[in-house]
Amino acid sequence: MTEKIPGEEKTIKAPVTDPEASPKAGLEREDAQPDPELSPVTEQGSKPVAVRRGMWSDGTGDTSGFGRIVRELPAPAAARPPLGSYFDAIHDRFVALHPAMQVKVVVDRGELTFHVARQHLVEVMRTLRDDPFLRFEFCASVSGVHYPSEQGAELHVVYHLGSMTHNRRLRVETSCPDADPHVPSVVAVYPAADWHERETWDMFGVVFDGHPHLTRILMPDDWAGHPQRKDYPLGGIAVEYKGAEVPPPDERRSYR
Amino acid sequence: MSQTTDFYAGSGETAEGAVYTAMGGGDFTSIAAEQAARQDETLVINMGPQHPSTHGVLRLMVECDGETVVSIRPGIGFLHTGIEKNMEYRNWTQGTTFVTRMDYVAPIFNEAAYCLSVERLLGIEDQIPQRATDIRVLMMELCRIASHLVAIGTGGMEIGALTVMTIGFREREVILDFFEAVTGLRMNHAYIRPGGVANDLPENAISQLRDVIGWLEKHLPEYADFCNENPIFKGRMCGIGYQDLTACFALGVTGPMLRSTGYAWDLRKQQPYCGYETYDFDVPTWDTSDSYGRFRVRLAEMWESLKIVKQCTDRLEASTGEPVMVDDPKIAWPAQLALGPDGQGNSHEHIKHIMGESMEALIHHFKLVTEGFRVPAGQAYVPIESPKGELGCHVVSDGGTRPYRAHMRDPGFNHLQSVPILCEGGMLADIVVAIGSIDPVMGGVDR
Repeated sequence: MTEKIPGEEKTIKAPVTDPEASPKAGLEREDAQPDPELSPVTEQGSKPVAVRRGMWSDGTGDTSGFGRIVRELPAPAAARPPLGSYFDAIHDRFVALHPAMQVKVVVDRGELTFHVARQHLVEVMRTLRDDPFLRFEFCASVSGVHYPSEQGAELHVVYHLGSMTHNRRLRVETSCPDADPHVPSVVAVYPAADWHERETWDMFGVVFDGHPHLTRILMPDDWAGHPQRKDYPLGGIAVEYKGAEVPPPDERRSYR
Repeated sequence: MSQTTDFYAGSGETAEGAVYTAMGGGDFTSIAAEQAARQDETLVINMGPQHPSTHGVLRLMVECDGETVVSIRPGIGFLHTGIEKNMEYRNWTQGTTFVTRMDYVAPIFNEAAYCLSVERLLGIEDQIPQRATDIRVLMMELCRIASHLVAIGTGGMEIGALTVMTIGFREREVILDFFEAVTGLRMNHAYIRPGGVANDLPENAISQLRDVIGWLEKHLPEYADFCNENPIFKGRMCGIGYQDLTACFALGVTGPMLRSTGYAWDLRKQQPYCGYETYDFDVPTWDTSDSYGRFRVRLAEMWESLKIVKQCTDRLEASTGEPVMVDDPKIAWPAQLALGPDGQGNSHEHIKHIMGESMEALIHHFKLVTEGFRVPAGQAYVPIESPKGELGCHVVSDGGTRPYRAHMRDPGFNHLQSVPILCEGGMLADIVVAIGSIDPVMGGVDR
């Protein structure tokens, strides 16, 4: 093996002929090959929330040699009883009332989440409100979340429930595909969800079937599109300042 | 409303692209059409969004029979500024600068709800220094007094009690002066940050705080003297905007509106955060479920807040010099602010440390300021008791340096849904009283 001059290993050996062939992330070093030890690691049964490449932000030149690291960030995994805290009381009672229903239970950061299929949503909510041992009489908030990478469940709707009787909290989450963005409305169970569902429709385009008056609430009536979806740009226009052009906020170079 | 008709275009002028106008509006057109078809004496009135007594830009579509309100529909969205969307394009720390502008009458609470949620996502809830938590409680309780003063003051002004407004803003200004001394700004502070607070109290803060407490103790009784037994005030407020406990539960109504029905639900007591369980205070209630009851609840709550502020003062005096930011160089905001000859800036010691002494400190400073810290993937919802009710922040992280989704559950958003319950069947003039007793802040409602 011939002796290398300092810094030589950081250069690309092949002659550069194509002007477009600028170094891509991780190609600078010969030894920057994928390491089998760094293959994606996910927890059993939970889909990754996001996939990250390299040590730096997506798309920026990475000269550190870590450009080919691929990391999948796991979503909180499904929990099994015992769940701890008052969660067991809620879970046991719910399972006793709906023994056949498939509900994914997640306990994360001291918060209990029930993931339910949308066709069962109203039934679940009615049980949670009406059963004296559950008695979640308070629907604090409904908010949408858009996960474009989750095939078949792009749009999530998250309900935050509270029980003043038992002083407990519970999150119920359901999802629907982008191609069929329909979720049954829970306004008949929780009238408080009325405006929240209108906002979720307005911002994410989730159609709440059975809502008494599903119209836009924050945006103008004739607005096109649903602004808080991930495929909707932040907007803004490029600004020229002292000869330099400042791109709109969502197109600026940035870290993710 | 149509996209192609431009009401303001000259004749022969064609509108280019979509024309968005706030006038017309689907709801109002349909109400007016229904009314025309009925051919009766019912009057349809559009109140707002620029009406001075609607607390910002709230629009009310009112159907009246004489002076009796037959139906009323609130229309919101005129102050929608896309804060939640914007937050997805800024790092977690910059999020505080956005949320503080939501409910601008109680900015500290927005920051607290957001930062508590982010801290739960980060898993550092137990590592927040005690002094930072005490400062948070102090600022929140002073802010609660300031917010209630605005609610009582503007509510009084709208029924002709102008003095209540002038003295209310006088007291609020004393509190805002203290906020300015601590945070640098009267409002929109961005003072509470994930991990602690932006900077420690200034040297003379405790003495200034004692002056504020003294001022409030002297002047808060004036509101009771002016209003409590004032026959005109009671005549306008008692029995107006009635909403009982059942309706509150159904519509998710919390805060003074819920407590005016006699139910002592206060998250500071029920689900304590920021160490509220260690403070001595009561939860005042009233039993009339009306506007007057809400006024009395707010009045009593200011005294309870003052009790907490006094306890905070003693604790903060004892803990002078202790840290106010989490001891984790990968999360803690690195800049140490000091008053330089040209106004505010980084402290000389901090610049000396990062530029001359520690390479790691420089790297942390650079990474945190440009990129921000990463937050583990997941979601959190932390509710707190704001002056208006339950203020919760639902934050979702995908493991990146920015919120994947941030949603504020503003109490005013829920409470405005109850406007028809409060107003229908009452008099037109009582709408103003009922809305005032809700105390909505449109910045928080529309976000």
